[in-house]
Amino acid sequence: MSNIRSAFAGGKAFIPFITCGDPTLDATMEIVRAAAENGADLIELGIPFSDPTAEGPVIQGANIRALRGGVTTDKIFDMVRRLREDVTVPMVFMTYANVVFSYGAERFISACADIGIDGLILPDLPYEEKDEFQPVCTKYGVDLISLIAPTSAARVGMISRDAEGFIYIVSSLGVTGTRNEISTDLSSIVSEIRKNTDIPCAIGFGISKPEQAADMAKLADGVIVGSAIIKLIEEHGENAAAPVGEYIKRMKSAL
Amino acid sequence: MTNSKGRFGIHGGQYIPETLMNAIIELEEAYEHYKNDPEFNSELTELLNNYAGRPSRLYYAEKMTKDLGGAKIYLKREDLNHTGSHKINNVLGQALLAKKMGKTRLIAETGAGQHGVATATAAALMNMECVVFMGKEDTERQALNVYRMRLLGSEVVPVTTGTATLKDAVSEAMREWTKRISDTHYCLGSVMGPHPFPTIVRDFQAVISREIKQQLAELEGRLPDAVLACVGGGSNAIGSFYHFIDDSTVRLIGCEAAGRGIDTFETAATVNTGRVGIFHGMKSYFCQDEYGQIAPVYSISAGLDYPGVGPEHANLHDTGRAEYVPVTDDEAVDAFEYLSRTEGIIPAIESAHAVAHAIKLAPRMGKDQIMVVTISGRGDKDCAQIARYRGENIYE
Repeated sequence: MSNIRSAFAGGKAFIPFITCGDPTLDATMEIVRAAAENGADLIELGIPFSDPTAEGPVIQGANIRALRGGVTTDKIFDMVRRLREDVTVPMVFMTYANVVFSYGAERFISACADIGIDGLILPDLPYEEKDEFQPVCTKYGVDLISLIAPTSAARVGMISRDAEGFIYIVSSLGVTGTRNEISTDLSSIVSEIRKNTDIPCAIGFGISKPEQAADMAKLADGVIVGSAIIKLIEEHGENAAAPVGEYIKRMKSAL
Repeated sequence: MTNSKGRFGIHGGQYIPETLMNAIIELEEAYEHYKNDPEFNSELTELLNNYAGRPSRLYYAEKMTKDLGGAKIYLKREDLNHTGSHKINNVLGQALLAKKMGKTRLIAETGAGQHGVATATAAALMNMECVVFMGKEDTERQALNVYRMRLLGSEVVPVTTGTATLKDAVSEAMREWTKRISDTHYCLGSVMGPHPFPTIVRDFQAVISREIKQQLAELEGRLPDAVLACVGGGSNAIGSFYHFIDDSTVRLIGCEAAGRGIDTFETAATVNTGRVGIFHGMKSYFCQDEYGQIAPVYSISAGLDYPGVGPEHANLHDTGRAEYVPVTDDEAVDAFEYLSRTEGIIPAIESAHAVAHAIKLAPRMGKDQIMVVTISGRGDKDCAQIARYRGENIYE
């Protein structure tokens, strides 16, 4: 069983998203540790990108703050290496294709394997362009996570048959950010996925409240929360670890 | 890349969120159908001729030719099109296609405002809703075009993220499209973005080189020796080059915006200073730092102020078929004034980049040689800004 699959082995998984270096890498390390201690089953670490086209204003803001603080891919690799001395929860990177491509696919993905990153989420890499990184990911045993959207329709079968790690189900149209209501027919998307694969499915985009998380967890194997956590970090800055930890505990217990 | 579509050498592809994939596939299928549909083509030709004013003139710039003392210079007058630039060629094609697809709403990005104005115009003509995203900084340096778009019934959304220029307007238009797909077509303004946009926009702009070839055959009975056009994303340039790509004797020269110079950070000369990357749906050349963060580019020209270039240009550079030369702000402003005084034609500051290189190149060519320079748009929109550049404060 891959590390990512094991994240879903103990019941519904809670997956927080944290932008590395927002506001500093030291703060990120504390937040990651607090997340792991308070029930996060898998942690999505964002490597900031200058032009994050799939993000709403909240996560865009985190990207800008982190880059202004001088964060780089190499500094993030060093941070993960240090975190891995005591943090065992599975971790994946979320970033944009150019961050990986520009670093060099082989160099980036081999580094992921080396420092203990289990998977890679690239929102601007659809199924048709997977070959850009898939062979290198396979070579180093880093799962390349597939995304399925409300508009995927007939593409669901094709994407889920080749998926690895877990499937990231995008709950709604649009970019990341909290939403009051999620109206997509997610249960039919999940059942379509289930016809093709038994790998875990996690729902993300727009989830912020425990009740929403509970609803989503009924449909899938896990929930992903980003913007709501980033808002807490924006508010509490260097002291965000405690409030983020409390929030994760509350969300996890709702699942 | 077994599944990847829309490649020009290593460049191109479809690097976009899954949410947009079906919309892109639908667009490609519709385009493949309508591009060979006689009714679609006759409707488009009718619009281009009777609404946009095509064919545009190929004008012999006699005074400029004599003044420079070298190659015979022809100007392809895209500035004479309705709405004042080549952008209308692509927009009429895409708006008609969108209409056939049952879309009722157009969204677009714009830099200088020319593509936004063209899209707003087509939307007014075809009874479609229209929202244009424009960098806040550009809404300030191109205030007149913002007014024109609103006058035409469009909403203009000032974009404040990132550098608040063209790249951020593209990002915001892409974000908007992922929010609302079913009734909305993203009318992309250049030969960039994910497949099929680079091909669709090129095909709609190829009318420029088709006409140049035919007009020059009538006027001179031969091919030109060089074709020059400015390059931001590269739509007027690919339009000017396309029907000459197989004619190996024709030099194809793209003029990039070097801003304050390619040895400075204040430049937008992508081919000259960038490296291969993946951004805005395509693999191509981009101005970026060592970690792949997109660079905040600079040019006096809002229309060329973009950190990437269309994938077909990237490939024409790789294969050596086209040359890409940098032109600085100073050179472009000098050329803006030169063409105004010499020929009585005020070019867009974007087009002035091509004129600037023509001024350098023509004297080095023989008098028996022919050069065509595409004047992609007219310069009325730039007058206030150029006046300020020269230290004169005028109000629009």
